[in-house]
Amino acid sequence: MNAKAAAVRVNDFVVKFANVNGSGSASANGLFARAILRMGVPVSARNIFPSNIQGLPTWYEVRVSEAGWRGRRGGVDLVVAMNPQTWDKDVAELDTGGVLFYDSTRPIPPSKLRDDVTIIGMPLTAICNAEYSDPRQRQLFKNIIYLGALAALVDLDTAEIEKLFAEQYKGKEALLESNRKALSLGRDYALANFDCPLPIRVRRANAVGDRVFIDGNSASALGCIYGGATVCAWYPITPSSSLAEAFQKHCRKFRVDKATGQNKYAIVQAEDELASIGIVIGAAWNGARAFTATSGPGISLMQEFIGLAYFAEIPAVLFDIQRGSPSTGMPTRTQQADLLLCAYASHGDTKHVLLFPQDPTECFTMAADALDLADRLQTPIFVLSDLDIGMQDWLTEPLAWDDRRRLDRGKVMTREELEAGKEFGRYLDVDGDGIPFRTYPGTHPTKGSFFTRGTTKDRYARYTEEGPAYVDNMQRLLRKFETAKDLVPAPVIEKAAQPTRTGVIWFGSTGAAMAETLTALAADGIHLDRMRLRAFPFADAVAEFIAAHDKVFVVEQNRDAQLRMMLVNECGIDPDKLIAVLHYDGTPITARFIIGEIAEKAAVFNVKPMRKVAS
Amino acid sequence: MTYLAKPKLHHPDLPRNKLGYTRRDYEGAISTLCAGCGHDSISAAIVQAFFDLDIAPHRVAKLSGIGCSSKTPTYFLGNSHGFNSVHGRMPSVLTGANLANRDLIYLGVSGDGDSASIGIGQFMHVLRRGVNMVYIVENNGVYGLTKGQFSATADKGSKAKRGAVNSDEPIDMVMLALQMGATFVARGFSGDKEQLIPLIAAAVLHKGAAFIDVVSPCVAFNNHPGSTKSYDYVREHNEAVNFLDVMVPREPITADYGPGSVQDVMMHDGGTIRLRKVHPEFDPTDKIAAMNFLQQQQAAGEIVTGLLYAHPDSRDLHDAQETVAVPLNSLRDADLVPGAAALATFNQGLR
Repeated sequence: MNAKAAAVRVNDFVVKFANVNGSGSASANGLFARAILRMGVPVSARNIFPSNIQGLPTWYEVRVSEAGWRGRRGGVDLVVAMNPQTWDKDVAELDTGGVLFYDSTRPIPPSKLRDDVTIIGMPLTAICNAEYSDPRQRQLFKNIIYLGALAALVDLDTAEIEKLFAEQYKGKEALLESNRKALSLGRDYALANFDCPLPIRVRRANAVGDRVFIDGNSASALGCIYGGATVCAWYPITPSSSLAEAFQKHCRKFRVDKATGQNKYAIVQAEDELASIGIVIGAAWNGARAFTATSGPGISLMQEFIGLAYFAEIPAVLFDIQRGSPSTGMPTRTQQADLLLCAYASHGDTKHVLLFPQDPTECFTMAADALDLADRLQTPIFVLSDLDIGMQDWLTEPLAWDDRRRLDRGKVMTREELEAGKEFGRYLDVDGDGIPFRTYPGTHPTKGSFFTRGTTKDRYARYTEEGPAYVDNMQRLLRKFETAKDLVPAPVIEKAAQPTRTGVIWFGSTGAAMAETLTALAADGIHLDRMRLRAFPFADAVAEFIAAHDKVFVVEQNRDAQLRMMLVNECGIDPDKLIAVLHYDGTPITARFIIGEIAEKAAVFNVKPMRKVAS
Repeated sequence: MTYLAKPKLHHPDLPRNKLGYTRRDYEGAISTLCAGCGHDSISAAIVQAFFDLDIAPHRVAKLSGIGCSSKTPTYFLGNSHGFNSVHGRMPSVLTGANLANRDLIYLGVSGDGDSASIGIGQFMHVLRRGVNMVYIVENNGVYGLTKGQFSATADKGSKAKRGAVNSDEPIDMVMLALQMGATFVARGFSGDKEQLIPLIAAAVLHKGAAFIDVVSPCVAFNNHPGSTKSYDYVREHNEAVNFLDVMVPREPITADYGPGSVQDVMMHDGGTIRLRKVHPEFDPTDKIAAMNFLQQQQAAGEIVTGLLYAHPDSRDLHDAQETVAVPLNSLRDADLVPGAAALATFNQGLR
C-alpha cells in the first residue's frame, strides 16, 4: 500500500464497483449501500448496466452524502476494480487522491497504475481458491470477501452487514454462517494488511430519518394497487418490465381474497405493445381501472390506440419509463426524451396529460393520481418516469396514504339515474367542464347504451361526418384539456434566497441534482428562482413564473430541448427567454454538469452574481 | 347508419321470448352495406340466435375492428354497448373488456382483412388465451371498403373482379383457430342461415374461445365467376359435416334439415348441442381427426361447414387468472385499497 496524504473526508464520497455482469456482485454491492444507510448516512446508488445477461461490464455506483444529495456527483473516490475489461477506464475515472482497490492475485504492470492515487491490492482470487473448492462459491464469496475488506477500509460497521445477512437468510442458517465467515475473512485480511480506515470513511449519523430505500418501478406498481387498478397488460421492455413484475408481486400480497384464494386482479403479458394498450382500453371502457408499463419504443407502437382513446374518451394509464432513444437507442441508459412523443401522441390533433414524478415517492402518489385522473378526464394519462427513477433504489420519503381518500371514478351515469330519466349523451357537456358522462356496458336494459368508435360522432354518440359536429366535439376536447390544468399536480415554485430576475425550470429525475446545484450556485452568488414542473398541461402559474423573469434556464435530459419547445408553444413564450441546459449521454445528469453549464451561460447572458446586500 | 331511424312501431302479436322481448328488440340500425351483402344475413342470424337464447340485449358487448364486417355491430343488438375499435385490434380490446366484467357476453365481429392480415397476431393470441367470447369472421376474401383488393384468405388462383389472379397461398382461419387452441371452431355460410343460427347459439353457450368462420360473399367485388367466395361457388362446394340443435333449458334451436345419425355434445352450462351428422365418421370432439378431415376435404376442393370442433370441458382466461367470481369492475375501495396501516408496514420493510 503506497499511502498518500489525503484529507479525511467523512460521509461524503463516491464508491464505484466495476464488475462483470452475472458474477453475483449485485447482492454484495447492494449490501454495502444498505449497511451505510443503516448507519444513518444517506446514500444514492445506481446500477450502470449493459443490455446483456452475462459477461459484459456492469458498474454500481454509491454516493455517500450526509448532506442528502441524491443525484450522481460525477467523479469517483474509491474504485473497486473487479473487471479487467474496463480496467483502464475505471482507473482513469478516479479523482486525484482517490483509492484503487483491486484483485492483486495476478500482478498488474506499473504502467497500468496511477501514481496520484492510493493503490490497494488484495489477492482475492488466491484467498478464495485457498478457502473454497467449488467454482461457484469461489466466485460468489469473492464478492462478500471484498465487501468485508471494504467495510474495514471505510470503517463500515460489519454488525450492520451481519444484520442484513440475518434478514436475508432468515431460516437458512448454513447460508448465513458461510456469508458471515466470508465477510470476516475479508475484513480480517484488510485490518491485518492495510492502514484502516482510509481518509474517506463512514461515520454513524442520524441523517436518514424515516426515509425508505425503494426503486421507482416498485413504488409505481404499489401506487397502482392503492389507485385501484385491477387490470395490467404489458409487454417486456427495459426499463419498464420490473414495474409490471412488481405489480404482480404486490397483487399476491394485497389482492388475493383471503376466503377464496381468488385474485382481485388480472395481469396479461401480451404479445406486443399494441395488444397491451388494446387490453387496457378494453378494460377501462368496461369500467375496470387498467394500466400498462412500457418505454419509448412501446409508446411508438401504441400511437394508433392512443388516438382512439383520446377521441373516443376512454381512460388509460401508461407508464413510460424513458430510456435512451431513438430506435433501440441506449436501452439500459436513462433519458427524458419522450415528452413530445407522449404529449402529442397519435395522428391528428391530440394532446395528452403527462405527469412527471421526481422520485419513487412521487411514482407512488402519481400512479394513484393517474388512475383517478384517467377516470375523471376519460382520457389517456402518461406517467413519465425514467430508468434512473424506475430501476434504481432511491432514498426517498416514506410512501403515504390518507385513509379518507376514495377512488374517483369520474362521471359515470348509473342505472338508477338512467331509470329516473336523466338525460344521457355520451359526448354531451352538461356542465361546461368538457367532460361528458359515460355508462358502463350492461348498465340498463334499454337506456344508456352507445356505440364507441374512432370515427366522428355527435353529442349522442351517433355516427356523423358533419363538419360542425366534428368541430363541436374537438372544441369540447380542448375545454376538457383546459379543465385538466387544474386537476393535475401543480408546479412547485420556490423563490431564491436573494431577489433575482433569473429562474430555472426542470422536471422528473433531474430534480435529484437540482437541490445540490442550487445550493452550490447560491454559494457562488448565482441565485435562481425555481420551478419544478409536475404535469402537462401547464398550469397558468407556469407562464406567470416565466413572465416574472428575464431569463429562465430549462434543464432537461434530451438533445432537442423538448420541454423548452413545449413551453414556447403552449405558453407563447419568447424563445430567447428560455436557455436550454441539456444532458443526454445516457448517464443521469449531475450537479457538476448543471453548475458548469449555468455558470457559463449565466456569464454570457449577463446574469450578475448578486451578493447578499450588506445590512 | 343511425340517422336512418327504423319505425318504432311493430305488430302487437310479434312472438316474444322468455324475457318478453320481441325480435325487434335484438335488431339495430338499418344496414348501410350493399344490397345482398352476406354480412347482413349474418347480422340477422345473430339477432335470431340471441332472441332464441333469451339473452337480454344489454348483457352483450359487441366489439369489432375496421372494415365492412366491423361496421355490422351497428346493425344488430341496438341496446348493447358496441365498440368499433382499431383495424385488426378488436381481440385485445375484447380481452380487456372481458377481464373487466366476466358477467357479460362478448361478441367479436371481424373480417378476413381485419383478422387474417393486419390483425392475425391478435387473432391468434386471443384464441391461445381462451378468452370467453364468440369470435365471428365474416370472410369474403376481399377488402370491400377499399374496393376489391385481395385479402389473405383469397384462394390461390382465384380471380379478382377486374381479372387479376391471386398468386399467394390462402390463410385458412379454421385451421389456424384449431392450431391456436380455440375450444369451439365452426364454419358457416351466410347463404345458409338455418345452419348458422344454431352455430352462433352454440358458440354463445360455449365457455372459452369460440370461433366461427362464416363465408360471406361480397356482392360488389367477389361474386363473379372465377371467385371461390361467390354464392354460386360456395353453394356448389359446401360440404356440411353436421347440423346442430342447441338445447337450452327450453325448446331446442333447431336446424331445419332431415334426420341423420345423432351425437350429443354437452356444453359447460349444462345445455346440449345435438349434432345431426352428415358424415357419420366425423367426430367434432376429436381435434386431430377434425384437422386431418379438414385438410383432406380442402385438398379435394370442398368447403367444410358445420361444427368442426368443440372441447366439452373447456376453461377460459378467468380460470387461468383465478379471478374472483364477481366482475373486477364491481370491486370497490374496500376490496382494492390496502390502506395506510399496510403501507406503514411496507415502508418498514424498506429501511
